[in-house]
Amino acid sequence: MSGPGGAAALRPGAAAVAFNLRLLRSKPLGAFGGVVFLAFLLCGAFAEVLAPYGANATDLALRLQGPSAAHPFGTDHLGRDLLSRVLLGAQLSMLVGASAAALATLISVALGVASGYFGGRIDMLIQRFVDAWMLFPDLLLLIAVISVVGPGMVQISIVLGLLYGIAGSRIVRGAVLSLRENMHVEAARSLGAGAGHIVVRHILPNIMPVLIVLFTTRVGAAILTEAGLSFLGLGVPPPAPTWGGMLSGPGRTYLYLGPWLALAPGLCLTLVVYAVNVYGDALRDLLDPRMRGVG
Amino acid sequence: MQAFIVRRLLALAPTLIFASLIVFVSMRLIPGDVIDLMLAQNDVSGGQDRAAIEAALGLDQPLYAQYFRWLGAALQGDLGRSLWRNTPVVEQLAETLPITFELGLLALVVALSVALPVGVHSAMRQDSLGDYAARSFSLLMLAMPSFWLGTLVMVFPSVWWRWSPPLEYTPFFEHPLRNLAHMIVPAALLGLSLSAVTMRMVRTTMLEVLRQDYIRTARAKGLSETLVVVRHALRNGLIPVVTLIGLQAPLLIGGAVILEQIFVVPGMGLLLLEAVFQRDYPVISGVFLVVGVGVLLINFLVDLSYGWLDPKVRHQ
Repeated sequence: MSGPGGAAALRPGAAAVAFNLRLLRSKPLGAFGGVVFLAFLLCGAFAEVLAPYGANATDLALRLQGPSAAHPFGTDHLGRDLLSRVLLGAQLSMLVGASAAALATLISVALGVASGYFGGRIDMLIQRFVDAWMLFPDLLLLIAVISVVGPGMVQISIVLGLLYGIAGSRIVRGAVLSLRENMHVEAARSLGAGAGHIVVRHILPNIMPVLIVLFTTRVGAAILTEAGLSFLGLGVPPPAPTWGGMLSGPGRTYLYLGPWLALAPGLCLTLVVYAVNVYGDALRDLLDPRMRGVG
Repeated sequence: MQAFIVRRLLALAPTLIFASLIVFVSMRLIPGDVIDLMLAQNDVSGGQDRAAIEAALGLDQPLYAQYFRWLGAALQGDLGRSLWRNTPVVEQLAETLPITFELGLLALVVALSVALPVGVHSAMRQDSLGDYAARSFSLLMLAMPSFWLGTLVMVFPSVWWRWSPPLEYTPFFEHPLRNLAHMIVPAALLGLSLSAVTMRMVRTTMLEVLRQDYIRTARAKGLSETLVVVRHALRNGLIPVVTLIGLQAPLLIGGAVILEQIFVVPGMGLLLLEAVFQRDYPVISGVFLVVGVGVLLINFLVDLSYGWLDPKVRHQ
């Protein structure tokens, strides 16, 4: 663990800039991923401004039109502009992805620190629970919970956060375990520092690299899983413009008449997840080489 | 080896208990109004009322008693009856599980027959054009959702060539060829997404193993490169790959749910989806139990295979 120092000695803003320049130089593909991801984030944030039409503005006279100047991505079976729907879909995906990943990181920290720092019986119990939890596929757990609480963006973000949070606690635990035995933690403890102080001042700052990588990769995973759920008809209910939902439901039969409808949502999904993955890989290589091949 | 197997089996017990608790609690999460919904939706003409459904779900007893009753029944192979079809859940599972198992097995075969040769080749010719192409492909497959690939496979051949993959299920023992013709497309898609991760793992571990001293010794003895790779390197390189496959088992099952839906494969995934839309909770929890135990068994087999692949493990 490099610990504080190096870039952290600069002001936080300047440190971030310096770090990203280093990323651009040594990992061009990762930097490309970061830029693409940022572009999608901005598209999501300003979707209402960027979208030429409303997400659910129907015009039955313009049903199933191929790509044209007025409708670059074409229109669907209700005459809705696909470009607008894809843009607003980006907003939905980004919201779910970011909030689920943020919640997941919080849960991972809570469980991972409890398990790794305190160890003993608590660790044993938590780890057996995580073992059991990880037996069940994410998608299945999600389907089951959604079948009880009903579909909706908030529920999906919370459940996804729980899912990835519990699974990710393993990685945090590993990091905390090795830190716990470090000299500077030992020193703090011998000076009489309490557990809370040690965790906040000495453990958390040092596992930041792990958390940043964990957060990034979870954004991609959450976006992909939400899309799968929407595809199965259990995601954010229509007419919300989800990328997964655009490929399923009543619109699915019309894909044969307007094959272009199948392209944009899937391509966006692939591109954004690809971008997050390569960016996350590059971050991992630069921030914490030990995490290679994990998660 | 026997002591090794027994030790590993005992280690499973706590996980299994937690898993059964998770399934049980998720059943208990069903809020009261859902029972009303079930009554309204399923229109149980047999005159089942609220109390009858509560009794059927065992909701009229204290929690711990419910858990043990449920666990005891489950251990004897009784997972309750479907609220929708009124047939035993175990019967439905017995019908659908082999189908999903076949899909998963085919997918695994596809994944390994892509990942092993490509991963080994990538490692032997590190940073060559082929290595670069393989890595790009695997990154792309990791990002591409299987439901989109499945949709493309359904839509575009039909638009361009008026051909689409067969969607009619035939039991394997009735007509093996027709069965495979139907299953191979979803299995290939599932296998390809699994191969992406596996290929990366094969490449990484082979790169590590190929740098070891004993590989240099094998080469110095004058063994052919094929023998060095197959007999010496691959066997050690396989251990992390086997672990990975165990870890990927839940993902494989999750992917099967989506592909079964697209290609109308009447497996456990389709059963689950149907049950979810009909709020058929005994079926949902039955599927969960089978999946949990199944994944646990796969991981147990993975553990055992260490003992076989790496004799050191047996004596730890």
